[in-house]
This record gives sequence, structure tokens and C-alpha cells, in this order.
Amino acid sequence: MLKELWNDAEGGFHPASAPDFLPQTALKEVQLRRLRAVVARAYANVQLFRERMDERGLTPESIQSLQDIRHLPFTVKTDLRDTYPFGLFASPMSDVVRLHASSGTTGKPIVVAYTREDVEVWSEVMARTFASCGLHRGDILQNAFGYGLFTGGLGAHYGGEALGATVIPISGGNTDRQIMLIRDFNVTALCCTPSYFTHMVERARELGIDLRDLPLRVGIFGAEPWTDGMRHHIEAEAGIKAYDIYGLSEIIGPGVAAECSAQDGLHVFEDHFYPEIIDPDTGEPLPDGAEGELVITTLSKKAMPMIRYRTRDITSLITEPCSCGRTIRRMRRIGRRSDDMFIIRGVNVFPSQVEAALMAVEGTLPHYQIILTRKGGMDRMAVEVEVTPEVFSDSIRGLEDIRTRLAQSIERILGIRVELRLVEPHTLARSEGKAKRVIDRRNEG
Amino acid sequence: MKLQQLSLFLENRPGRLEAPLSAIAAEGINILTLSLADTAQFGILRLIVRDWEKAKRVLEQAGWVVNLTEVVAVDVLDRPGGLAEALRILEDADLNIEYMYAFSLRRGDKAILIFRFEDPDRAIQVLTDKGLHVVDGEELMSFVP
Repeated sequence: MLKELWNDAEGGFHPASAPDFLPQTALKEVQLRRLRAVVARAYANVQLFRERMDERGLTPESIQSLQDIRHLPFTVKTDLRDTYPFGLFASPMSDVVRLHASSGTTGKPIVVAYTREDVEVWSEVMARTFASCGLHRGDILQNAFGYGLFTGGLGAHYGGEALGATVIPISGGNTDRQIMLIRDFNVTALCCTPSYFTHMVERARELGIDLRDLPLRVGIFGAEPWTDGMRHHIEAEAGIKAYDIYGLSEIIGPGVAAECSAQDGLHVFEDHFYPEIIDPDTGEPLPDGAEGELVITTLSKKAMPMIRYRTRDITSLITEPCSCGRTIRRMRRIGRRSDDMFIIRGVNVFPSQVEAALMAVEGTLPHYQIILTRKGGMDRMAVEVEVTPEVFSDSIRGLEDIRTRLAQSIERILGIRVELRLVEPHTLARSEGKAKRVIDRRNEG
Repeated sequence: MKLQQLSLFLENRPGRLEAPLSAIAAEGINILTLSLADTAQFGILRLIVRDWEKAKRVLEQAGWVVNLTEVVAVDVLDRPGGLAEALRILEDADLNIEYMYAFSLRRGDKAILIFRFEDPDRAIQVLTDKGLHVVDGEELMSFVP
């Protein structure tokens, strides 16, 4: 399909978006060709991949069809740690033009590498991301993802420039200045984590600035799971369309998948990132439509190919055609990560379940934090919720009532008792990157 | 006739009261009276100030959640039975009092009370009909040095 339009706001089309509209047969051809090349490259250059394939009696020639991918071994996060820092590189350092690294909250960070060609692919998929969210040349994009070792900032930066938008590289933090520039520079689009934007909306309100009166029309949010309720809140409070994007450093950074105007699932840029859904317990591939763990193979990465990387994100693939016309498959929004889950008194809990319960009562998502403690061998769960103007009334009875309703709503969903505490606004830590929702003090003291 | 009262949500732990009071003091806003209602975990600080609009703005900019409520100020005789008399009038008229507190100011032989009614307009009507004096904002300010 040849799109005549260039940078059309409605369809979000840009020349780089052409592969989004490839017929399935042509797409599969590209995928198979690239899959065979990347497996050959990983086998030839990365010891870990070669050893694991040898153990299974596989060679690059074993890949004759896309279905054969299921025979390949998985790669997991600990593989990156175990080979720290450069053990999974498939290119000599002289070809690597960029290194990024994770924050490394647990032990060693993980390091990811890019050749010049990788950076070009990254710029392309991020330009396709922004186009899919309806951005085009002429948009003024405030990039509030953190610049630095984190992939979010620079990934979005290169993509925005590749699209032809005007990029403001403000990075994360300094919320008052963020709001000043949104207003003074006539910013039309903004990208950051959804929790940070919620904080900006709240701060703008305190400063007496109504974001709905400003030209800001699109928000591109990623790097952490968020809910549809949070989306509705953000869209109503800021007068924008809020889109979800998905990516992870191990694969490339942001730019793996993005929502389109339909806001109904994220299109995976599967000409570069081949998605599979597996049963997280058995590792067996699941059919399209089934929910399971997302596994991605990078089809065109040079410096650091990832073969069947287990993302720990739980989702499903949608094969039905999308109303936006894109032919690449969609994945459902990530509601939960198998990593986020915590177990309390034998019950598996995801923060998203607590969010849904809070939202059911308040209509919007308040700032909250889950605190786990242990007393006399018994695990306890407390949820601290900041009081908002919406729920604050001048009566003690009214506040007790909201507190009880919040606690009951959580208890109904989780089936365990929680202590619910109302706290003053701004008492819970605000993150300028990914929000920290769970504080586990069970093994302290 | 009605007064604007500011209500703030506070957590019930040491030191929480000082911060909002300092914030408005720093802006030179005079507090006419205040009251605290609390539970074990949280409380509500209720304030009557000279310039409520400015105080509300200052507190909100500093991040507090502020609620605006209409209350009624009444002066009663400062002698045994003075308050009981006013309450009897309200009870007879079946007027529901959500809460009340006394003003720190006195005016001759009168004490001023602040009432929060479910229906402040009807309360003002009843009190006035029964000969009690409802103090409006302007009059109240005139007592303050």
C-alpha cells in the first residue's frame, strides 16, 4: 500500500510508517528473512547464544519458517547480568556508537549497545510511534523522559526529530518549569511516564493553570503500566488524547509498540520486533488472543540481538484488523508485569488491582502507596491514599465514609484485610520517572 | 449574612498544625478564629480569616486541599443559659447543627458562636425572627483590632 499523504495528522502517517501498512504476506517474508539473519549473527558472534543452540542441536539453518522460532532457547534478564557488561554484544566496540544502562536497583545494571544502524532503526520506530499517536511535522514535542543512561529520553528525542517535530529536550524533573514551557512554548505534545504527567496536572492546578486552555493536545506515555481509568482522568484534566507506548531497554528502549487513534491495543512494530506469547510457567507458545508472557526477538538489531527475550510483561496479541488501517498486529495494554506481583498471606496481588479498586470509588486515581509490613509473623498491608479536592468534605463523617469505602473496595477485590490511611496531599514521594507503588518492609528489622 | 470558612485536611500527627498556620501568617493574613475536629488518624482544621480568598489561594499553592464552607455567626448573651437559649430556638425550629464552636472574641456582654447548619439560610431566618443577632462578615471584621 502506498500512502499519498505525508505527515497527516488524522491517520498519523509518515513515510517511515509504511511498514505499518504492509500486507501480512509481505510482512511475514520480511520477518523470516530478518529472523534468519539475526539468528545467524547471534550464533556467529555471541558465545551464550551459540552454546545454547549447540546444546539443542540447532544451527542457524534450523530456522526454515517463522514457526521454527519456537525451537530457539529463551533469553532472560539474568543473562544480561551474568554477561555484564559486554558479553552479549555481537558487534566489535568500534562499531558501537552508543551504550545505555538500566538503573540497576538490584545489583549490577544491564548494559545495552547500539550500532549506527541500530540508532537509525530506533529513530525510525520512534518516529512511527509518534506518527501513530497523531503527531506530525509542526508539532512541538516536550520530551520529559529522563535523558541519560535511561533509554527513554534519547529514544524519544531522536524519534521526534526524525518525524520532523520540534523537540524540547527538557528531561524529567523541575515540574514548575515543565508547566511554564508547556505554556510559553505552545507545546502541542508531551511524552513522559503517566505517573509523572499526573503529577504535572496536579501541580498545574495548584499554580492556577488550566492545561485545557493551552494548545497541548497529545500525551505519549510509557515506561510503566497504567490503567484506562488513569487515561480518562488525564484526558479530562488536561484536555488531551493520551496514548500508551511500550518498549524496554533490552529490546531497544521505547519504540517497540504504540497505540494509534483507535486507542485499542498497541501496534507492535513487528517488522523489527517479533512478538510471541508464551505460558510463563511452561514456556509453551500460546495462540494469538491468549493471555501470557510477551517474548520478543529483535529482527534487525546489530550490536545486541535478543533472541526470544522474556519480557515478564503479561498481555495478549490481537490479530483482528484495526480501524486505523495498520496491518501489524496489536498487543493489549500491559496491565501487569509478573515482576510487580507481590504475595501477601498467600494471595497474589498486582498493584493494578489496588488501582482499579481505588478508581472504582473515587472515579479517578489518587496518589497511593502500598506498604507491606510484618508484625508477629503476620503480614500486613496498608494503603496510603492522598486526599484530593474531589473527596475532601468539611465533615469527619464524610472522610470516614470515603476511607471505609476505599478499604472495602480493595478488600472486595483482593479478599484480604487492608489498613487504609488517608494522608495529606504531597506526602507520598513523587517520581519523575517510574512510580514506586509498593514499599515492602517485611524483611526489615 | 453567611461567613466563608476554610477547611483543611490534616493528618493527626505532631507538627501538622503549624505548617498551614505559618503559611498564612507569612502572608500577613489574620486568623479570627479556628477549630479542630479530629479522629485518631486525621483531622479537619477550620479557619475564619480576614481575607479568605487570599488565604485559600496561599494554602492551595502550598499544596493543601482546601474546602470552602458557609457558616453562620451568632452572638448570644455571655451568661449561664445564653447558649442553651439559642440552641432551644434552633431545636424548636428543627434545624440540624452539623457542628459549632465558640469565637475567641467577645463583644461587651455577648459571646460569638459559629454554627455550621445543613440549611444556613433557614437558620438565619429563624434566628433573626426570634430576635437573635446574626453577625455578618463586615461586622465581624470590625471587632478585630
